[in-house]
Amino acid sequence: MAKKKPGKEGVNWDYSPSLESTSHISILPKYELFINNEWVKPSSKKYFKTTNPANEEVLSEIAWANDHDVDLAVKAARNAYNDVWSKTSPKERSKYIYRIARLMQEQARELSVIETLDAGKPIRESRDIDVPLACNHFFYYAGWADKLEFAFPNQAMEALGVAGQIIPWNFPLLMAAWKIAPALAAGNCVVLKPAETTSLTALKLAEIIKASGLPPGVVNIVTGHGDTGAAIVNHPDINKIAFTGSTNVGKIIQRAIAGTGKKATLELGGKSANIIFDDAPIDQAVEGIVNGIFFNQGHVCCAGSRLFVQENIAELVIRKLKHRMDSLYLGNPLDKNTDIGAINSKEQLETIEKYIKIGISEGAEIYQSACELPGKGYFCHPTIFTNVAQSSRISQEEIFGPVLSIQTFRTVDEVIQKANNSPYGLAAGVWTDKGSRIFNLTSKLRAGVIWANTYNKFDPTSPFGGYKESGFGREGGLHGLGAYLKMKL
Amino acid sequence: MKVPISLNKLPISPSIDKVGVEERVARFQTRSIKNESKRHGLDLVLSMIDLTTLEGKDTPGKVKQMCYKAHHLHDAYAGVPNVAAVCVYPSMVRIAKTALNGTDVKVASVSTAFPSGQSTREIKITDTKFAVDEGADEIDMVISRGKFLAGEYNFVFDEIASIKEACGKARLKVILETGELCTLDNVRKASDIAIYAGADFIKTSTGKIQPAATMQVTYTMLMAIKDYYDATGIMIGMKPAGGISTSKLALHNLVMVKEILGNNWLNNEWFRFGASSLANDVLMQIMKLETGVYQSSDYFSID
Repeated sequence: MAKKKPGKEGVNWDYSPSLESTSHISILPKYELFINNEWVKPSSKKYFKTTNPANEEVLSEIAWANDHDVDLAVKAARNAYNDVWSKTSPKERSKYIYRIARLMQEQARELSVIETLDAGKPIRESRDIDVPLACNHFFYYAGWADKLEFAFPNQAMEALGVAGQIIPWNFPLLMAAWKIAPALAAGNCVVLKPAETTSLTALKLAEIIKASGLPPGVVNIVTGHGDTGAAIVNHPDINKIAFTGSTNVGKIIQRAIAGTGKKATLELGGKSANIIFDDAPIDQAVEGIVNGIFFNQGHVCCAGSRLFVQENIAELVIRKLKHRMDSLYLGNPLDKNTDIGAINSKEQLETIEKYIKIGISEGAEIYQSACELPGKGYFCHPTIFTNVAQSSRISQEEIFGPVLSIQTFRTVDEVIQKANNSPYGLAAGVWTDKGSRIFNLTSKLRAGVIWANTYNKFDPTSPFGGYKESGFGREGGLHGLGAYLKMKL
Repeated sequence: MKVPISLNKLPISPSIDKVGVEERVARFQTRSIKNESKRHGLDLVLSMIDLTTLEGKDTPGKVKQMCYKAHHLHDAYAGVPNVAAVCVYPSMVRIAKTALNGTDVKVASVSTAFPSGQSTREIKITDTKFAVDEGADEIDMVISRGKFLAGEYNFVFDEIASIKEACGKARLKVILETGELCTLDNVRKASDIAIYAGADFIKTSTGKIQPAATMQVTYTMLMAIKDYYDATGIMIGMKPAGGISTSKLALHNLVMVKEILGNNWLNNEWFRFGASSLANDVLMQIMKLETGVYQSSDYFSID
């Protein structure tokens, strides 16, 4: 009997494709607007296509709401607020929110697959991060709904009324959960508009909300482009605008609502600093750099897109980072082994490519990971730039893609100054073995979220939001709940 | 051949963040190994096993039976590779060597007053030389954990270097006994000392102390190997031992080796599993892949 000899040379062992099944999901060929727990045809009669950015195939057609449709949705929300929701006991509110959370959990697999198809993000992330975290937001705020007087002791409070919520395409379902859960817990009704490239999971959430028996009109979901969002912002009967998206649009919204008495929370762009000191746990810091900038293809408002490495370890860190980048799997987002999925849209890919060209023309040194790009779909190599200056555009402007600019620094004071020298202030990361240094930096960095020896960690209990052009107001935790309440004392 | 370097050339070991390591390791465990990749991986695992018996009650009869299994893992199915080696006490080396005559299975011997290492330098060197003279191809020594924890790194370094010398042509595996070092910072420091003192292989555990080869520990040691390779171009082998009893865990270890060190380490020259019950679980999985059904443990010989 012939025996195989144990191999002496290295073998070329690799992972077989391991595609998540799509047989269990249902996507309708066409989606209407979700108003009053009914599917309503848009009076615009217009629909737009939503595609899978990984292969450019059309997934479904989505209703495009105009001013009239938005008005219908706001009226539905106002009526629901006046007649039902404001009279529903907090304990009952809580039950509905729990029910939504549990139904989402039951459908977690379907939600993850649809999120991956529509947004291009790897199934590993939508399955392990987006969807569980979205469920947790509902669970967390369900717990507060009947305990508001303990959340804000010695205060009398009431709901704001109707909240208009506009969310981005980078974490479609998660952002919907961030917005809807605290609004409902505080007793508000909602008109939510998902981003035009990623409406599907919000519409699946609408199905879940309907199935949960939530009274009609409490949550309305209107799909569309920027004009739909503008109609929400400008609607006179909305009490609060919650927006997550670009700083430019944030500024437009703030101008539009000036003097109207509408409250607002804006969660905008960022160019967050990830700072590595020479005493840091280097290998874990490298992992943190990768999580900071390549998580969700860099489509993360708090992405650690500016890396500051202490000059004496820069060479080592960059070498290790390049090696780690080469072990990232880029490809079909449905493959369970994919680390880097597709860029969300053609437009975004063009923006990213534009910035890569700018980086090269600014004289920065580029390194892109060794992986091959698929022939179809919108993909971009994980990219780093070294020899970047503080005055380079690629270290000042938000790219919103898998592109990292690396600068070196010498002293603690220098890096604090450089990190703060930005119109943004959303997040920062600090990597050091020294506890006192962590406290020194966290008190001096002007950013809403600061991670120590980790990056891109999210939890429903933890408030999130920015300084300066990264916006104002906080989401998550008690802060996020307070943002949907009017304090009367 | 690899020669020891003096302790003052030893670089300062980087600090290790346990939480970060746990997260990184969890990522390896989400890799999905299926079909072809799984079948190939399982063959690799089998070929990397050091089939081990290290008991006070070991007898020639027990060792001979294990040695026969080492090159007849599952005769019911053709095309299963042999394990890499058997691992025994020095007193059993000659018996194992004779039993494995004419096969490609190596004989590894533990030494240096295994498992505690609480003895004198002279006895440890004698122990090692005896095993080599009896025919051991590989020596699995233990470091003096007491000395390490007391901060006597010079002692630990010199001891490894002197055992390396006593090994002659036999390859030296250095067991850190990570379960007694407790922190990943210590694991990293001990890895660096062992590698710079002349280890051909670094090994997690004796199998007598829990926890043994956790993925966190193996990850930390692989990073030490990676850093040494980047600095010198010299490859060091890795052997997690103790606690790896399932195919799934073994495959996750391969994933880790592949992604940190690359395919060059994916053979039994550079990676081994110290395990006694792993082989049968792998065989069971292979037979499942080949026949479509699971067979009970009674269909796989225990020795």
